[in-house]
Amino acid sequence: MTSTLQISQLTKSFQSVEALKDVSLTLGLGKRVALLGHNGAGKSTMMKIILGLIPFDSGSVAVCGAAPGSAGARMQVAYLPENGSFHPALTGEEQIRYYLSLRGESPKLAMGLLERVGLAHAARRRIGGYSKGMRQRVGLAQTLIGKPRLLVLDEPTSGLDPVSRRDFYDLLDGLAADGAAILLSSHVLTEVEARTDRIVILSQGRLAAEGTLAELRARAALPVVLVVTPAAGHEAALAAAFPEAAGGEDGRLRLSCEQAEKLPLLSRITAQGGKVADLDVIPPSLEDIYSHFSRRDGQ
Amino acid sequence: MSRILATAVSEFRIAFRNRWVAIATAMMALFALVLAAAGAAPTGDIGADRLSVIVASLTSLSVYLVPLLALLMSFDAVAGEVERGTLPLLLTYPVSRLQILLGKLLAHVTILGLATGLGYGLAAVAAIFSDPKALAGLPSLWRLVWSSVLLGATFLGAGYALSALTRRTSSAAGLAIGLWLAVVVLYDLALLALIVSDAGGPLTTRVLPVALLSNPADAFRIFNLSAAQAVSAAGGIGGAADAIPLWQSAASIMLWPAAAMALAWAAFRKATP
Repeated sequence: MTSTLQISQLTKSFQSVEALKDVSLTLGLGKRVALLGHNGAGKSTMMKIILGLIPFDSGSVAVCGAAPGSAGARMQVAYLPENGSFHPALTGEEQIRYYLSLRGESPKLAMGLLERVGLAHAARRRIGGYSKGMRQRVGLAQTLIGKPRLLVLDEPTSGLDPVSRRDFYDLLDGLAADGAAILLSSHVLTEVEARTDRIVILSQGRLAAEGTLAELRARAALPVVLVVTPAAGHEAALAAAFPEAAGGEDGRLRLSCEQAEKLPLLSRITAQGGKVADLDVIPPSLEDIYSHFSRRDGQ
Repeated sequence: MSRILATAVSEFRIAFRNRWVAIATAMMALFALVLAAAGAAPTGDIGADRLSVIVASLTSLSVYLVPLLALLMSFDAVAGEVERGTLPLLLTYPVSRLQILLGKLLAHVTILGLATGLGYGLAAVAAIFSDPKALAGLPSLWRLVWSSVLLGATFLGAGYALSALTRRTSSAAGLAIGLWLAVVVLYDLALLALIVSDAGGPLTTRVLPVALLSNPADAFRIFNLSAAQAVSAAGGIGGAADAIPLWQSAASIMLWPAAAMALAWAAFRKATP
């Protein structure tokens, strides 16, 4: 058994709406995959199918070699729901103790888990008085119970401040290093960039793209923008040298080119010598790449 | 088993924090004490000890109060988890839906046991304090307590089933009250109408016993009254049922909780979060 999660040709419809269409995905030991997509692209549906919460129409899903939602699969999968909610009358510690018992672990580990997510100070307060970020931490703490082989995290960093986000990804790195496979969904592209091994983009229930960020960047082949700032007195000369450039209000010239033409264009610019005061190379942003793939179908 | 216990502990804690334990116990104690005070008068006429008379009154009270309390505690069980959004996460844990239901049942049954035990116990203490002969009524009080818990378990199961079927607390609450009204109040009225119109004919002798046994609340009343040999004194529906053997009403009150829980399980299994 080499892969922790194996999905092939998964299809799921809700009445007339096709939520997932022919989606295949493999997730191996210690791999971190980010699932990106618009609201309604099928991210949460896919996660719920992996967890065995809802049935699917066709295709196959194997979680740690078992059927999703089976007792064997549930022993090895941890889940963080999108808006983690817990009973407001319980304290954070009591809630985690309960979850520990359900996983057959000692309830005494609760405080340690809450310390790991930075919630020890509020452990004895009722969850009803927690902020969204604190509830999210309770959710994170319960995903750390036992040694899950697959973590399914639905928007795990929503409600966390930037510092907590970094701590959270540090936690994930540790888990992945121990061999846990991690599937997480996110809207925040910049944070999944450095912290995941692979990116999967869902669009209208279809797998629009899959690969490392570098691969996606190459496949999208989006134009690079070069911004040239002319030296004083040479504005007109530069504009004449680059007739294809668009002039901005700030007097700077914007040149757009394919990846392959980037270096020839750069040498053309440097050939202008002292007429050029400054040069910025702006690669396509993650948002550009994401929109490119997620809008390819139809929109 | 440890998962059922853990669920029960968590549910009990929630019920305790939500004041359910206090409300249920106070309600039971209050009514029991009022009945104990009111039940002091007819002792001389019947010749029974004071506690047995109180138990007969408490039986009539429990028929209404215990199902109501049970439904109030249970209608939220599944629908509340759905509305709070806690159910999907719970169902990804290695715990079966039956274990979840049994855990909740254990907690709620414990609360009902506490409420009836403490409430009726208080009435018993009051009775024995004023009349030492009332000690003779303790066995019937004990019978009342455990049969009340079984009656409660039946309606807890019914409440879970409604909760799982509707998945919304507002609908579940409405249906729970409707169920209580139909089974505990209207059912008896319909039977009374039947008796009156039939005037002791074949319907009364054949259909009535079956109708009484198939309603958990009526079975509970008949069981307690006939076990205390107070059927004739109780009158009404209970009085019409002195022909029903004790084992039949006992079987009914013991089978109903299992049937209700089976129903709840079936409904909960179908619920997709």
